[in-house]
Amino acid sequence: MSSRHWLVFSLLSAILLATVLTSATIGPVSIDLPTVARAAANAVGVPVGLALESEHAGLFGVEFSLPVPSVEYRYPFAFDVPETSETIVRQIRLPRIVLGAVVGFALAAAGTVMQGFFRNPLADPSIIGVSSGAAVGAVAAIVFAVALPLPAMAFAGALLAAFGVYAIATQNGETPVATLLLAGVAVQTFLGAVISYMLVQSGESLREAIFWLMGHLHNSTWAEVEATLPVAVLAVGVLYAYAHDLNVLLMGEADAHALGIEVERTKRILLALASVVTAAAVAVTGVIGFVGLVVPHVMRLLVGPDHRILLPTSALAGASFLVAADTLARSGAAEVPVGIVTAAIGAPFFLYLLRRREVHTV
Amino acid sequence: MIEVESVDVSLGDTEILRDVSLRVPAGEFVGLVGPNGAGKTTLLRTVNGAIDPDAGRVLVDGDRMSDLSSRAGSRRVATVPQDTGTRFAFSVEDVVAMGRTPHRSRFGSDDGGDAVERALERTSIASFRDRRISTLSGGERQRVFVARAIAQEAPALVLDEPTASLDVNHATRTLSLVCELVADDRAVLGAIHDLEAAARFCDRLVMLADGEVVASGAPADVLTADALATSFDMESVVTRNPVTGAPTVTPLSDTGDERRSVHVLGGGRVGAAVVARLHAAGFEVTAGPVPEGDELLGVSERLDVPTETVPPMSALDGSTLAATGERIDDADVTVLADLTLTPDGGLLDLAAEAGRTVVVEERPLDERDRAGTDQRRRYERLRERATTSGLDDVAATVRSVEADAGRRVSRREI
Repeated sequence: MSSRHWLVFSLLSAILLATVLTSATIGPVSIDLPTVARAAANAVGVPVGLALESEHAGLFGVEFSLPVPSVEYRYPFAFDVPETSETIVRQIRLPRIVLGAVVGFALAAAGTVMQGFFRNPLADPSIIGVSSGAAVGAVAAIVFAVALPLPAMAFAGALLAAFGVYAIATQNGETPVATLLLAGVAVQTFLGAVISYMLVQSGESLREAIFWLMGHLHNSTWAEVEATLPVAVLAVGVLYAYAHDLNVLLMGEADAHALGIEVERTKRILLALASVVTAAAVAVTGVIGFVGLVVPHVMRLLVGPDHRILLPTSALAGASFLVAADTLARSGAAEVPVGIVTAAIGAPFFLYLLRRREVHTV
Repeated sequence: MIEVESVDVSLGDTEILRDVSLRVPAGEFVGLVGPNGAGKTTLLRTVNGAIDPDAGRVLVDGDRMSDLSSRAGSRRVATVPQDTGTRFAFSVEDVVAMGRTPHRSRFGSDDGGDAVERALERTSIASFRDRRISTLSGGERQRVFVARAIAQEAPALVLDEPTASLDVNHATRTLSLVCELVADDRAVLGAIHDLEAAARFCDRLVMLADGEVVASGAPADVLTADALATSFDMESVVTRNPVTGAPTVTPLSDTGDERRSVHVLGGGRVGAAVVARLHAAGFEVTAGPVPEGDELLGVSERLDVPTETVPPMSALDGSTLAATGERIDDADVTVLADLTLTPDGGLLDLAAEAGRTVVVEERPLDERDRAGTDQRRRYERLRERATTSGLDDVAATVRSVEADAGRRVSRREI
């Protein structure tokens, strides 16, 4: 990374931190920034150990216990903060804000990878059906009151859809990008029909299902952060290791092969990781659109097409963007789903860039 | 270095290459020539390992390409792709650095030292290293891709039409650069569209037609009129370029295209020669009217050239005039071949109707003038607005007149 890239990177990290802290001051109870900063520092936990706990679950009426890993944390900071403020910041606002940051981080990173992978400026994280699959899983969980937790259903649905699209588009060990794209569109359409049918049949749970589909960060918990953050950060970390390969793939597959890239294997890895990252995000928050489409385009204008810098900066910018959008979503008189806000801000901004001919290709 | 042994390749159900063998030793530049669809690109893709042959094998540096990983293969063979007008915003230096891909580890370390720097210097593109590749001209962009292949530091190099979209100056620069790489003991195999450039820069040529090697050897042995006729389906003349000494191919026509038609007015020895030359150059020739027994008829009958005739010593009748007038209307160009002026002026009437006209004169006008001053003036006026030509270059003149007319027409259509 050049010095200019480090500057962009540091700046975006600072912006993310500032956005998170500022967002935490906003809400029905106004809390000043220094208090928020101290309370947030107190919430910083360093994982120090791993323990297995068994948890009861039920599937199709059968009760069984699952070993669930639980992480032990140590909290290095202990600033003096009024108790109510600490509770509001740490238990109510921060889980939601941090989850928003993680989801924004994941969606923008996955969007960057998909646009590069498909060499198509229209690509977004859910282009191979991940979001539709998650939506089917989630709506099924809501409408049919399945015993499995909703995020697990959504996550499974997302990965099943992505794998299905991949399998359909693969022939003789080769997965042409154009076929993948078309299979993705077809599967999304099909799953859309399944979702619509379930909604028609949903009766009283319709409202809940619609709310989920719109994308939301309402009632977020630390448990959701704990489930999402490691997956997102780990997978994006591995994607980062493939950033150079993604650059070379952008030159075309024949060229990439001539430069020593194992094209099909690399495509499989990129696709799998980007799908897992997206699935981890949409499983907890529902379908939040436009973050994964607009943020990579904007960052490409700022830092260029090199994924070694584009991927991490897009991820950071996506995190800030979603936190800011969610702050707007929850600070009005009545809370609106954050997916509405991201689309309402993102789409006009994207059109503005299009009109200025700033965005035209990947 | 590169050894292709009895390679068969099919893509889908189509057999693309059949029993192709060739060798490129280190320090040699072998040019692959042949018509479109001959299988040149497929052969190059088989050599660089993108395609595994159905039969036979490709060895580079003693290793079978189909056994190597993509990474190991690309350390042996570097590829300069056909210029496709890349629109990516990568900088020149980024693109050249991509040549290091097979040498770098996943976390970015590369033991190649300043390979990128050397490649930039060598191709004289260091001065615009920070420019985006999408803003470069075709010639500059092609140098960037050659630089990328240099940075790849592979002992063998394949080039797919590296000069296809370049003007003659940039094509020459690019190929000279490739020759320098050959002098460094690389083995280079390149598909080259321009036969003259191929003959000038390559040590040996391999001619491919319909997926088979039809000729290989020194350029002068491969580029023969016969070989070109069979593989390119093209009549041509091969001469030696006075400056480079390399064989030069002058296509006389490409029979595949729509043939241009010429009508020849006038007969005798000159008329016969004009008909023969234009026919050999691939024009669709018609001739006449000439008197029965004229020298021209000997040629036109042998070559199947439709020719109007009139009985000897008789004037032109109406139906012959009408038939000839129609032929002249249909013709793209009319040639007045050493026309003899007769008192009735019938041929001049026909000539005056013609569109593009070429005048060939061998004998002085006085010898051909059997009419009066009026006819002579008409002829001189005709000659003024026509293009004059010697007998030897009549085909070339007709072609240029015809090309001019074509251009004019298309401009009008726009």
